[in-house]
Amino acid sequence: MNLWREAALVAGKDLRIEARSRVTLGQVIPFGMIVVLLFAFALDPDRGVLERVAPGLFWIAVLLALLLAVGRAFAIETHHGARDGLRIAGLDGSAIFLGKAAAIAAQLLVLEVVVGIGVIVLYGVEIHGLGVILLTAAAATIGLAATGTLYGVLAAGLRLRETLLPLLLLPVLAPVMLGATRAFEDGLAGVPGDAWPWVGMLSVFAVLYSAIGVLAFDALWEEAT
Amino acid sequence: MSLVVRLRSVVCLLGRFPALAGADLDVTAGEVVLVSGPNGAGKTTLLRLVAGLVAPYSGSVEVLGIDLVADRRSARRNLALVGHETYCYDDLTATENVEFFARASGRGDTDVAAALDRVALTDAANVVHRGLSAGQRRRLALAVALVRAPSLLLLDEPHAGLDALGREVLAEVIREAPAEGRTVVMVSHELEIARPLVSREVRVEGGQVWPVASDARAPVSEQLQ
Repeated sequence: MNLWREAALVAGKDLRIEARSRVTLGQVIPFGMIVVLLFAFALDPDRGVLERVAPGLFWIAVLLALLLAVGRAFAIETHHGARDGLRIAGLDGSAIFLGKAAAIAAQLLVLEVVVGIGVIVLYGVEIHGLGVILLTAAAATIGLAATGTLYGVLAAGLRLRETLLPLLLLPVLAPVMLGATRAFEDGLAGVPGDAWPWVGMLSVFAVLYSAIGVLAFDALWEEAT
Repeated sequence: MSLVVRLRSVVCLLGRFPALAGADLDVTAGEVVLVSGPNGAGKTTLLRLVAGLVAPYSGSVEVLGIDLVADRRSARRNLALVGHETYCYDDLTATENVEFFARASGRGDTDVAAALDRVALTDAANVVHRGLSAGQRRRLALAVALVRAPSLLLLDEPHAGLDALGREVLAEVIREAPAEGRTVVMVSHELEIARPLVSREVRVEGGQVWPVASDARAPVSEQLQ
């Protein structure tokens, strides 16, 4: 089996488990919406502020939901020793990385659509540059999923992984937060031309972490206990 | 007869504790070998070492003619391990679990229904793993292992948690193994049940592998010299 087939097999398995357990639908997406709602309540007296901070709040909600999705992606491998089953099956570590990252990215995209609708409705945001918004979301989501998967396996071998994962991951994702927020601001403000450098940075980040993941995941996966 | 397992002077550490201290073992093709020994002697470590799930600190491990340290992935593709855990996913059905691991091992064309029938799980084919009884889960783990048509089958306490039907199924699988070109290495404490099924017994004690014979005074390592 080639790399892409193995990756598709892992992604399909993870998404099937998510569809059946409904953790993303029942917990991750509601969590993202609660974050958006709480900010709406907190800043409601000033709709102007809400509109201005909407891009940042959107990506904070996505970022926090990513932590849940990554934790979940590796938790399913610890129950009943499933990770050893994958190792014995002889799957390529790179394929496992790509498959897990793809499944996380798919869940994040669903979350972004739902939270995006929430932001538009609750914060009164108007979109002027849909193309830039979509490209930004795609590049940022790939970067988030790749980085999350890479740090997820790093933390998977640690006893205090639930608390260590945010500490390890969030600082690394600061450039994604910055770039995605700025690109969204430009897209919403109707000046998509200003967003391209940020989209470029997000794309480089996504490619870089995807490449690191493909190269390094196998060794990290083998060493994780 | 060709060697399926060849251990030489293997030292394997669990933390700082040497679970195996200079262990040697030869298993030839078609053998069914029982590994006995007291709790904590290193029997499970021995099986996990042969499965490529733990790395030796020193010494050499060859499985099916492949150096495990140099190429774990190739060796793993031709072996299967039924361990203390089922290595299955809670939210996948019995069929989906078997199908996933068959495809992950490059055996996507395998008859999944026949694999489940062999371990008497046809009636529970569409039940998710979490809905199966302990005995059914053990039989599912056996089906997942067999569907990969391994040349080497490693069984770690396979009788634990099995009802009469499960033990009958397991005994049949072990008896048919040599005819199917399969070598079996089984760790068990239930010696009365296990001994009639095997062609040879070795004992793990003090980090060494000992032959089981009334006049045995030296570990396997000294006999191989």
